[in-house]
Amino acid sequence: MSNTLLILILLGLMVLAYWLGVRRSRRLVAGSGGVRALHSLPAYYGFFTALWCGLPALLVLFLWVSLQPGVIRDLVISDLPEMERALPPAQLGLVINDIQNLAQGNIVSAEVNPAMEQAAAHYQRLQQTGYAASVVVVLSLALAGLSLGWRLITPKFRARNRVESVVKWLLVGCSTIAIFTTLGIVLSVLFEAIRFFETVPITEFLFGLEWSPQMAIREDQVGSSGAFGVIPLFAGTLLIALIAMLVAVPIGLMSAIYLSEYAGAHFRAWAKPLLEILAGIPTVVYGFFAALTVAPFIRNNGAPLGLDVSSESALAAGLVMGIMIIPFISSLSDDVINAVPQTMRDASLGIGATHSETVRKVILPAALPGIVGGILLAVSRAIGETMIVVMAAGLSANLTANPLQSVTTVTVQIVTLLVGDQEFDSPKTLAAFALGLLLFLITLVLNVVALHVVRRYREAYE
Amino acid sequence: MLSVTPDSMGTVTAPAGVIAAGFSPVADDSRAINGTVGDITAIDPRMTARHVNVYYGDKLAINNVSLDIGKNEVIAMIGPSGCGKSTFLRCLNRMNDTIDICRVEGEIRLDDQDIYDSGLDVVPLRAQVGMVFQKPNPFPKSIYDNVAYGPRIHGLTGSKSELDEIVEQSLLKAGLWDEVKDRLDEVGTGLSGGQQQRLCIARTIAVAPEVILMDEPCSALDPIATARVEELIDELREQYTIAIVTHSMQQAARVSQRTAYFHLGELVEVGKTDDIFTNPRHRLTEDYITGRFG
Amino acid sequence: MNKPAVEQMRTIDRVNATLKQRYNRECRFRRFGLGAVLLGLLFVGLMFLNIIGNGYSAFQQTRILLEIDYRAEVIDPTGARDPATLSSADYAALVKSSLRALFPAVQGRGEKRELYGMLSSGAFLELRRRVMADPGLIGTREQLWLPVDDDIDMLVKGYIDRRLPESERRLDNRVVAWVEQLESTGAIEKQFNLTFLTGGDSREPELAGIGGAVMGSLYTLIVTLLLSFPIGVAAAVYLEEFAPRNRWTDLVEVNINNLAAVPSIVFGLLGLAVFINFFGLPRSAPLVGGMVLTLMTLPTIIIASRAALKSVPPSIREAALGVGASRMQTVFHHVLPLAMPGMLTGTIIGMAQALGETAPLLMIGMVAFIVDIPGGALDPSTVLPVQIFLWADSPERAFMEKTSAAIMVLLGFLILMNVIAVILRKRFERRW
Repeated sequence: MSNTLLILILLGLMVLAYWLGVRRSRRLVAGSGGVRALHSLPAYYGFFTALWCGLPALLVLFLWVSLQPGVIRDLVISDLPEMERALPPAQLGLVINDIQNLAQGNIVSAEVNPAMEQAAAHYQRLQQTGYAASVVVVLSLALAGLSLGWRLITPKFRARNRVESVVKWLLVGCSTIAIFTTLGIVLSVLFEAIRFFETVPITEFLFGLEWSPQMAIREDQVGSSGAFGVIPLFAGTLLIALIAMLVAVPIGLMSAIYLSEYAGAHFRAWAKPLLEILAGIPTVVYGFFAALTVAPFIRNNGAPLGLDVSSESALAAGLVMGIMIIPFISSLSDDVINAVPQTMRDASLGIGATHSETVRKVILPAALPGIVGGILLAVSRAIGETMIVVMAAGLSANLTANPLQSVTTVTVQIVTLLVGDQEFDSPKTLAAFALGLLLFLITLVLNVVALHVVRRYREAYE
Repeated sequence: MLSVTPDSMGTVTAPAGVIAAGFSPVADDSRAINGTVGDITAIDPRMTARHVNVYYGDKLAINNVSLDIGKNEVIAMIGPSGCGKSTFLRCLNRMNDTIDICRVEGEIRLDDQDIYDSGLDVVPLRAQVGMVFQKPNPFPKSIYDNVAYGPRIHGLTGSKSELDEIVEQSLLKAGLWDEVKDRLDEVGTGLSGGQQQRLCIARTIAVAPEVILMDEPCSALDPIATARVEELIDELREQYTIAIVTHSMQQAARVSQRTAYFHLGELVEVGKTDDIFTNPRHRLTEDYITGRFG
Repeated sequence: MNKPAVEQMRTIDRVNATLKQRYNRECRFRRFGLGAVLLGLLFVGLMFLNIIGNGYSAFQQTRILLEIDYRAEVIDPTGARDPATLSSADYAALVKSSLRALFPAVQGRGEKRELYGMLSSGAFLELRRRVMADPGLIGTREQLWLPVDDDIDMLVKGYIDRRLPESERRLDNRVVAWVEQLESTGAIEKQFNLTFLTGGDSREPELAGIGGAVMGSLYTLIVTLLLSFPIGVAAAVYLEEFAPRNRWTDLVEVNINNLAAVPSIVFGLLGLAVFINFFGLPRSAPLVGGMVLTLMTLPTIIIASRAALKSVPPSIREAALGVGASRMQTVFHHVLPLAMPGMLTGTIIGMAQALGETAPLLMIGMVAFIVDIPGGALDPSTVLPVQIFLWADSPERAFMEKTSAAIMVLLGFLILMNVIAVILRKRFERRW
């Protein structure tokens, strides 16, 4: 019997409780005017009983399942021989892993000794006991809840209000997930980042000019001790974002202007959705395009001009990222331009301005805050973009402003540090979280400022 | 010049029931121009409109309107909502071009130029026939830049001092100079409603147009601001030709020399303002002026 | 004061003086705009042409027709038909002898090895599959099309130029001559590549397929849908219909808007730190991937759902409240059904985003090389975009073709989802 089965049984009990609740409510008023004499419809009495039956039991089950492994682990450790308990946490973890594998009949990495077999048996026993106890507790709780709910039913009982308030709390719970997500992001990157700053000082991280995250694996190993200066990563990120903006802003803005001010309805109906296709293409596809088509193209065409183009040039990644951002800029600008009131256009045209003069001298200045907000959002997106740069930008952290050279970015480093085998204590892995924290903070500031600017702009014309 | 002989009063004094059913379309060859009562001509016409029809898609919004706008006169266009007076006004500097589905037939001349001629350029036309809109619509720029906008785009001035001079003159003419001369670099949208509308008038006259079209310029203003703008219109008459659409009969009576009454897309009656208000000849005009509908 | 008449003359003349120049500028501006739009469209066209041009050939695989002799002494010497024996038999030897029969002139070890190398190293698996399915084949002969090695595949598809000098070509003249001989007899041809659509990943391009990745994407999306749709709708209903305007709901709103713009890789870090390290959920599992993508797509769904709820006119709510329905009943009986098409549209768009997302899944270990096709949300698996990422890194020319083809499949799914969303929107769009 597994937890899935237990949950299925609980669901079955809830259906039963629903049926019992409905039946009781009908019976109670059978002689005195029927359903009308009830405060709520019979179904609500059913839901009420079902909720009493299911909710507390599910809650306890959830807690049990999330707490049991930790408790069992502690119990198993406390029963281990003295020698093994004294092991450092990382190795102890391996031992526990082996015990678990042994208990489940999987392949074990270390040699099996009697102590381990004993511990495995102990582990298995504990797990079985725990599971049996959880079944008993959960099911009896469900039955107790059922009978309590059933007893509470009287004709005057306001079942609907109770059920609705439970539903409402569920809705409230769902709406807070956004906050928990933000909190989760902040806490998860913050904790690991703090651990990182214990080994690498924060000033070195923020102002260091060199990035080479190779750490010696063993104490006695020859090799670098690693440098964790984030400046070259940032310079690279900004260089690529800048190239992307140089591509995306003029093209995006001009196409938004053309489509909303000049294009005929027919042309617009075709061109707009086609341009928006660019927004729906996954970034990994752009990355592939950048790495296998654009980068070789630039390098091959740069060579005859006497340019030494790296095969992972910032230009290729930035160019393709710019293409990706075009529809983003253009749809935001489109919104913003359409929000400029028609009276403003009329005033300018009525004085004898040409269409482009109206656009350049009246509409764009009026729409400027909104456009700037949109561009800030786009910059934040360019900084956080991962796949294009992972596939098309380089790994070596060069501090350069030459777009033909290879640079690396914050996101590329996060991916390279975390993909593959990782030990959770090495500064290398923790550095990824520190970079993540930095990335999150920078994009957060950009987003908040941009959203604020855009909102202020919208309010000005509403 | 064409002169219009009003049709016999019998045909136009329709019973009240006809009004409810809609003004009966007039297509009688016996009339000189159309069903309009009164003299559509002006002594010294600046703009002349003949047989103008305007369609929004398939819907006829203006039906066969002919009207002159005389030099240095203020002509008021009145009528109930949706009667086409604003649409007609917007035809006079081709602002209707900005509405895709709008189509104009007939002939409108500025001096001797047909403004709907296919070769005509709307940009200089609008420089000659300026427009002030219903809602004050200053640009979100400084007061100075608002007024200087027209002269700048049209290249009217050669130097900064010349431009300063035009801005000052325009604001003076619009009666706003004293109120804003110390804060020309503040944004125009920060002014009060009445000031904004006078700023828009200053912006219009800064290009020195020959005709100024005003589309209910006071409808968004309070009575005091309205009085100030009306005064201004009266002063401007000496230099400009003004056509004003208004919802308010009192305003028409106060500021205009001639008045045109529109009803359901047709020009019903034109005449000297005093005559129209004291002695309307058409039943519809009379009913409107006496407040039976509108 | 200026004289009015003089002033007027001057105005129109001055306007006319600069008019030509102004119209030139107008024209230039307009051309810029058109150029920008066309440039954008050009990029769209280039990407599609590039990908389709590179990828369409991957839907075909070159195969060689061989006469296979299922010799009993090789497959099942004892004649017991024991599955263990059948499965471990040396099928490669059967393939090799068939090849030798086709080219009797080939002698010498090196030459023979080259000959065997023409076929895919996994070609014998097909024989095993057939024999395991029908042991009656043992002792018979049959004609069988078997997949060739990726280099031969590239040669037949024309990606390797036969006119190049031998030293600059990946295949030597002998192999090219063999292929040409087979071509002249019609014993080699391009056939529809079912393996590509149904197979799992492989180091050999000719055996690699997107089947595993598609299933991984499917499980991940199911988890995402099951979590994000109810939670997103519930959150939207609360915020739009019940929430009081106070600091708390403001905070929730700011959070939602901000999460919509947080880089996706940060969600991956969250998934790694919280779901995998803290809660101990398995790495590489679609369950975790689905949870991470849920957090990512929730803002999209909530924002779209709120817009849908907002578009239901208040008169409907008033009507229901007016006959004595509770607020909850009003929302669930009237408002929610009317807003449902809009919510579904938003959800489909959110799902399309999730389907194309790569970066956060790299963080939670869905980049492993996984050959088996996952059978559930807890099996290690990869997803379509990650498969594309993995193949894009492979040096073989044949993988470039596969990558492009996988992109075509991915884009096909995305276009399908967006079309459904558009149809849904058009069909149920209501003007109140």
